[in-house]
Amino acid sequence: MAQDLNYLKETPSQTAGPYVHIGLAPGAAGFDIYERELGWDIAGPNAKGERIRVEGVVIDGMGSPIKDVLLEAWQANADGIYAHPEHEGDVEDGFRGWGRVITDFDTGEWGFDTVKPGPVRLPDGKVSAPHISLWIVARGINIGLQTRLYFEDEEDANAKDPVINLIEWERRRQTLIARKSTRDGETVYRFEVKLQGQDETVFFDI
Amino acid sequence: MKPGPLYQRNRDRHPPALTPDYKTSVSRSPQYSMISLETSVSEITGPVFGHNDIDPLDRDLLNNYAKPGENPIGERIILHGRVLDENARPVPNTLVEIWQANAGGRYRHKKDTYLAPIDPNFGGCGRTLTDENGYYYFRTVKPGAYPWRNWVNNWRPAHIHMSIFGTAFAQRLITQCYFEGDPLIAKCPIVKTIPDPDGIDQLIARLDMNATIPLDTIAYKFDVVLRGRRSTLFENRLEGN
Repeated sequence: MAQDLNYLKETPSQTAGPYVHIGLAPGAAGFDIYERELGWDIAGPNAKGERIRVEGVVIDGMGSPIKDVLLEAWQANADGIYAHPEHEGDVEDGFRGWGRVITDFDTGEWGFDTVKPGPVRLPDGKVSAPHISLWIVARGINIGLQTRLYFEDEEDANAKDPVINLIEWERRRQTLIARKSTRDGETVYRFEVKLQGQDETVFFDI
Repeated sequence: MKPGPLYQRNRDRHPPALTPDYKTSVSRSPQYSMISLETSVSEITGPVFGHNDIDPLDRDLLNNYAKPGENPIGERIILHGRVLDENARPVPNTLVEIWQANAGGRYRHKKDTYLAPIDPNFGGCGRTLTDENGYYYFRTVKPGAYPWRNWVNNWRPAHIHMSIFGTAFAQRLITQCYFEGDPLIAKCPIVKTIPDPDGIDQLIARLDMNATIPLDTIAYKFDVVLRGRRSTLFENRLEGN
């Protein structure tokens, strides 16, 4: 017998279940308990860059919107800097880059306001196209699903993005591109997540 | 020595997406293979929380929703433990959030219609930050078992849902904590989504008489392990240009 490596093992995931709102968004569950719920303000008041709205829906294998999803978003600021001590550079005061949103109980629609992130420089000299990382949990999802939202109007950057280029099929690459529109003067990006079917969204093992 | 990418996630430790005995997973499980990525800056960073984000009362579920001078009904428990990584290092200052049913097995949620009553003094959620040693604790009541629609006669074992952040977005984890000795654990289709019996054991909090407060509150200990990170030995390439 060789020596034991003595690593611990990661705690297994379990579904967030139908009542995830109680813990992570109690206001939506129908009661008021915390002075401050977390994750509703991603960019803060001082963030530079373009203010945008991101909206979407998560669709199950039957083609129905899922109405008990919780999503979390993680993004860099307009300069491509993450609000984290391990990423060199400063972010605006109040910029957290993290958000949490739940779907509407009747329609399954979700949405959040933020600023459009900038491209992120990678240590190997490559550049990541502007993107928002998304983490999706719900009843029936046994382990949180990780994906990335890229922007339709960043065609050149997307074409060079090292993650998008890992995806062999053009059709699957398209599942990561949020579609741009304008509503009442506001830029809206729509991102539909499909859990199954020919246009199943690309999910990442990271 | 700087922390680098995360260790590859051991997917055998986690439930697969498709677990037909837990019926809801059938239409909510991706069918194509995931695309595997080495963790980049987008994944080794994650949100940072501080004491301004939460209130010390948030960790005390006996009091964070109760009317003044009243307490929820149920067995008073302390749930405590450490958040560690796979290298057995503590994860300090990380946000831990919990939610649970009351002692009768009823959730304070507009979608829960189970016939057990709502407890007017129990909200059912709490949150705290780990200290510099990765330690956390909550005070609450032991949740009750409850039935759920899957097969006709399925009951969830008593459990507390737990959400943990870590320092990296790729460490993000939601799990459920069960209680030692509960005969419903072995029968639960959600528990049984986990393929590894040792993994199931890891989700069962143990009675902890040392941390129990005599004549007051029973303690259960529940440690959480998040993914570990490689140290960047001989990897100048990763340090930047």
